[in-house]
Amino acid sequence: MRILRFLNSSIGAKVTMAVTGLALSGFVVGHLTGNLLVFSGREAMNDYAQWLKSLGGGLWIARGGLLAMFILHIATAIKLKRGHKQARPVGYAYQSTIQASQASRTMILSGLLVLGFVLMHLMHFTFRAIGDHGMPEEVLADGTHRHDVFGMLVAGFENDLYVAVYTASMIVLGSHLSHGLHSLFQSLGLRHEAYTPLIEKAASAVAWLLALGFLTIPWAVRLGFVSAEPLAQ
Amino acid sequence: MSNMRLKLHIWRQSSPNAQGGLKTYEVQANEHMSFLEMLDVLNEELVGKGEEPVAFEHDCREGICGTCNMVINGNPHGPQRGTTVCQLHMRAFKDGDEITIEPWRASAFPLIKDLVVDRSSFDSIIQAGGYVSVRTGSAPDANEIPIGKADADEAFDYATCIGCGACVAACKNASAMLFTGAKFSHLEKLPQGQVEADRRAVAMVDAMDEAGFGACTNQYECSAACPKEIPVEAIARLNRGYVRASSRGVSV
Amino acid sequence: MNLDANIPSGPIEKKWDQRRFDLKLVNPANKRKYRVLVVGTGLAGASAAATLSELGYQVDAFTFHDSPRRAHSIAAQGGINAAKNYQGDGDSVHRLFYDTVKGGDFRSREANVHRLAQVSVEIIDQCVAQGVPFAREYGGTLANRSFGGAQVSRTFYARGQTGQQLLIGAYSALSKQIKAGGVRMHNKKEMVDVVVVDGHAKGIITRCLRTGKLERHHGDAVVLATGGYGNVFFLSTNAMNCNVTAAHRAYRRGAAFANPCYTQIHPTCIPVSGDYQSKLTLMSESLRNDGRIWVPKKQGDTRAAADIPENERDYYLERKYPSFGNLSPRDIASRSAKEACDAGLGVGPGGLGVYLDFAASIERLGEQTIRERYGNLFQMYGKITGENPYKTPMRIYPAVHYTMGGLWVDYHLQSTIPGLFVAGEANFSDHGANRLGASALMQGLADGYFVLPYTVGDYLAGQKPGQTNDSHAAFAETENESRARLERLIGVQGERTVDSFHRELGKIMWDKCGMARNKQGLEQALQEIPALREEFWQNVRVPGSGEDFNQELEKAGRVADFLEFGELMCRDALAREESCGGHFREEHQTDEGEAKRDDEKFSHVTAWEYKGVDNAPVEHREPLVFENVKLAVRSYK
Ligand SMILES: Cc1cc2nc3c(=O)[nH]c(=O)nc-3n(C[C@H](O)[C@H](O)[C@H](O)COP(=O)(O)OP(=O)(O)OC[C@H]3O[C@@H](n4cnc5c(N)ncnc54)[C@H](O)[C@@H]3O)c2cc1C
Ligand code: HEM
Ligand code: HEM
Ligand code: SF4
Ligand code: F3S
Ligand code: FES
Repeated sequence: MRILRFLNSSIGAKVTMAVTGLALSGFVVGHLTGNLLVFSGREAMNDYAQWLKSLGGGLWIARGGLLAMFILHIATAIKLKRGHKQARPVGYAYQSTIQASQASRTMILSGLLVLGFVLMHLMHFTFRAIGDHGMPEEVLADGTHRHDVFGMLVAGFENDLYVAVYTASMIVLGSHLSHGLHSLFQSLGLRHEAYTPLIEKAASAVAWLLALGFLTIPWAVRLGFVSAEPLAQ
Repeated sequence: MSNMRLKLHIWRQSSPNAQGGLKTYEVQANEHMSFLEMLDVLNEELVGKGEEPVAFEHDCREGICGTCNMVINGNPHGPQRGTTVCQLHMRAFKDGDEITIEPWRASAFPLIKDLVVDRSSFDSIIQAGGYVSVRTGSAPDANEIPIGKADADEAFDYATCIGCGACVAACKNASAMLFTGAKFSHLEKLPQGQVEADRRAVAMVDAMDEAGFGACTNQYECSAACPKEIPVEAIARLNRGYVRASSRGVSV
Repeated sequence: MNLDANIPSGPIEKKWDQRRFDLKLVNPANKRKYRVLVVGTGLAGASAAATLSELGYQVDAFTFHDSPRRAHSIAAQGGINAAKNYQGDGDSVHRLFYDTVKGGDFRSREANVHRLAQVSVEIIDQCVAQGVPFAREYGGTLANRSFGGAQVSRTFYARGQTGQQLLIGAYSALSKQIKAGGVRMHNKKEMVDVVVVDGHAKGIITRCLRTGKLERHHGDAVVLATGGYGNVFFLSTNAMNCNVTAAHRAYRRGAAFANPCYTQIHPTCIPVSGDYQSKLTLMSESLRNDGRIWVPKKQGDTRAAADIPENERDYYLERKYPSFGNLSPRDIASRSAKEACDAGLGVGPGGLGVYLDFAASIERLGEQTIRERYGNLFQMYGKITGENPYKTPMRIYPAVHYTMGGLWVDYHLQSTIPGLFVAGEANFSDHGANRLGASALMQGLADGYFVLPYTVGDYLAGQKPGQTNDSHAAFAETENESRARLERLIGVQGERTVDSFHRELGKIMWDKCGMARNKQGLEQALQEIPALREEFWQNVRVPGSGEDFNQELEKAGRVADFLEFGELMCRDALAREESCGGHFREEHQTDEGEAKRDDEKFSHVTAWEYKGVDNAPVEHREPLVFENVKLAVRSYK
């Protein structure tokens, strides 16, 4: 099968990395946008979460897609890394790099750290198995209950340990994307004399802005810019 | 003429399967010597002392045949950009320097002796598709197909690859994408080569993968180490060409 | 010894067509039963192997390099000639033919040269179709430049890397055939002898340079395309591993060696900088299109070039040869440089250099244009000397570059051993006593793409396929001799390195058989070389064993052959009591110091027959007949 051979080839693997990386980046951008609603207050944030939930089947499909992207991205990354080890079983005694960026040389490490972060993050906010998450439910005026995402966030980041872990993780994510976001253009064969230098600059700017954007949340809570009124039960 | 005393740490390995290691030598050189002439001096001394000289390959000594190959302080072909080791002169070093010299490291380039490796895997990539299928004597008049100067010049830039393998040696993944991309792009840039571009992309990438090179993760060390400064555009072109060919269902 | 050149009769323009028609053909179905061994994968060898295989013959190709792409042809810089007349400046097959015969100082065979000029046009077509990125005009057509010895622009080029691009073209054609199963490629296999069975060449013995193993290969015909022997001088512009072994071994087996003394000294090379020097670097002749050659008028002038005013400079080529000026042929330009330096006018350390100055061109055309034309050469110069040639003029000096002599071949490129064909620089055929720039690439490709495929077929048609195999006694015998020789080399275990012998031989050759030669010097050399050879076999030290990768042993084998071959060159130079082209005998010059030919006595090819190391070889002559050009004093004034 041509498609299998394609996926199995070294270039197919790159394209897979690029496409899944792009999809994951799309999620990250969307996720950040949603999360930034925290600055608009409890109402807005929880409305958004509720809306997401209301998508029902659609949400599950999206989650399935996201999971698939993660798995493909990670599996391909590991496959590539194994290939690289085989391609150079004996390394150099004297190591030196001419110009490759630190970020580009540590993609697998930054990627695995991001993976670790995501797992931790899911335990934290999705499964609420670790850390603090405040009161789970908000009671609305009409008497119905809904998930108090806002309160959970604030509670979560009142713990210094988590602020520190998130901060470190976002720096790692920034590094991963600072290479990944322009690397994917090259992988897809999109290179242009005039635009490529711009893309490289823009990609790294976007990557660090994303990381910074995420970071505003824990730090806003930590520094007291965002706080939650205790909820009436 | 300024003389210099150097300490060299050179990889010595008597045969493909023997245990190898870095060995230290001292040598007296001067700044007008080429790096290889400095090694010649060392070798004459070694032979004089009844020791085996350091095996290293070279031929044209003017940066065009692609035979010479060694990693100097971690950099393929040494510290000077756009320069093969045979063109590197001792001006680039100073008295008292310590220099570590190692062979290209890649499983697709098995080691033969000391600094000598087998690069036949590059030949197999070219054999897979690095040509235009035209029989001798069947060509139309050379001026029949005009080719714009810009295209011809760009094709030329890619065609300057000397097949040395520094790109592989420099790449942390031991990927041969720059070499393969250069050949693909050279031919793709010319009308004569476009006809077979799809088949060529698939065949050469297959051969490259089969030979055991790593994949590219866009680190661009290859181009920085390339003595002919082949741009990484070559890799993007090959990626594009390969995706295009695969999407058309081309296989070989 | 039969030196019948086998030239077709009829008018010169028709000879090749007629011959092609008369040649015997092998039935297509039978072609694959024949095996041809092609030694060497430079332009001549790679093109021959690819084309023979396309025709259906089974081909085995050999190179001592680790890949066919590394043959010395890769280093050719300036360009390749062809009588396309794309510039409309009056070029034609006949003019290229004429220029080549005249450039060779009327010491080449008319019929061969004419055929060369004829097929030159097809070469360019073939190369372009393969994807060779020749330089082009903005309108998309091919560009040309001028080269020495011609007043038309007929040189096709690919920046300063023409040889590289052409070789990659031939290498790719070869690669295609390897993949298709038509060619078995043997990298890192050095031919150490030819196997002659019943008077015909039927095989070779090779040594695998990686494992040291000696191997027998048999075939129905053998092609040698093993390049030139300039490295007999130790320092030359040739790649380090170029050698005479294949040709010399064939000579020892009975192939006549023609005109060994014809060597070309190239006028524009980077001067020697010290005694550790391992090779010399050519600065392409194409530079003479835009560079002007001069020396100071005053002896021992130590001012920087820029400080020497115009009227104190001697643009000696422009002065002596006003119509060709800086584009005078190589032998003339080289000798003039030597004269200037001998007169104490040389520049740079040691006074062995003249200026090649681009200031005027840069002013006229701009640095950008010069960069486009010669960028890589300027860069190369900068890397080697540490000077910037855009700012200060280059310093250049002549160096050994090309060898016109080679194994004697007839019109079919067949040597005096039937079944042994010789192509490219390894044969003697087309350049007479001096090769014009950009004509070696042309000849290599003409031989390989367009001549051998026909003439080898003609020979094979008369042979039963697979007549001999390597169990024939001749193979065992030849292999044993090769083994004994290698063992002897290792067995000496003396005191001196191989290179020290090579350097010493090179000095003898350069001093006594170089740019200018005389009887006394040559006679001395004929004493010194055998003595040096004697010492070599008593006192050389080759470390390691013959059973693995051993570069000292490789060199030793080659130097041992040079030590025999150098003597033959001197003998030939001594026998040729005239000056012609690259062979300048001081006794034979005009009052103005120009070469003086003696057409009465020396209008012939000298072909030497081997009679044993310690015996004088026998001299044979093939008379040269000129029916289409008039013998004239070569004038470039
Ligand atoms: C620096 C330089 C620049 C030049 N520039 C030009 C130019 O601009 N234009 C021009 O027309 N000419 C030029 N020439 C001359 C031209 O390059 C050569 O004459 C020509 O390329 C020779 O080609 P070839 O195929 O005969 O031999 P080569 O290219 O020398 O190939 C010889 C082949 O034989 C193999 N071989 C040799 N001996 C053995 C053996 N014993 N066993 C196995 N294999 C063997 C080698 O491995 C190699 O593959 C230049 C030469 C030099 C040195
Ligand atoms: C400081 C930054 C971040 C904050 C405040 C944050 C917050 C949240 C919140 C509130 C949820 C929803 C929990 C729920 O409603 O069940 C969530 C889910 C999630 N987050 Fe984050 N997140 C951050 C960074 C990230 C990053 C960088 C990633 C990925 C690399 C990520 C990946 C996810 C995933 C995969 C989910 C699960 C989505 C789902 O349930 O469908 N988050 N995050
Ligand atoms: C939200 C999470 C992630 C995002 C947004 C993301 C994004 C990206 C992007 C855009 C690329 C560039 C692709 C290319 O060069 O073509 C990339 C590459 C890479 N990613 Fe991720 N990634 C994420 C998680 C991970 C994880 C969990 C791993 C774990 C192993 C990982 C490992 C890699 C590696 C090794 C590369 C380099 C591959 C290459 O450049 O070819 N990534 N990633
Ligand atoms: S791409 Fe550059 S580094 Fe790689 S083989 Fe070609 S010339 Fe050498
Ligand atoms: S260094 Fe290696 S990762 Fe790719 S861009 Fe060059 S092949
Ligand atoms: S020896 Fe030819 S490129 Fe270095």
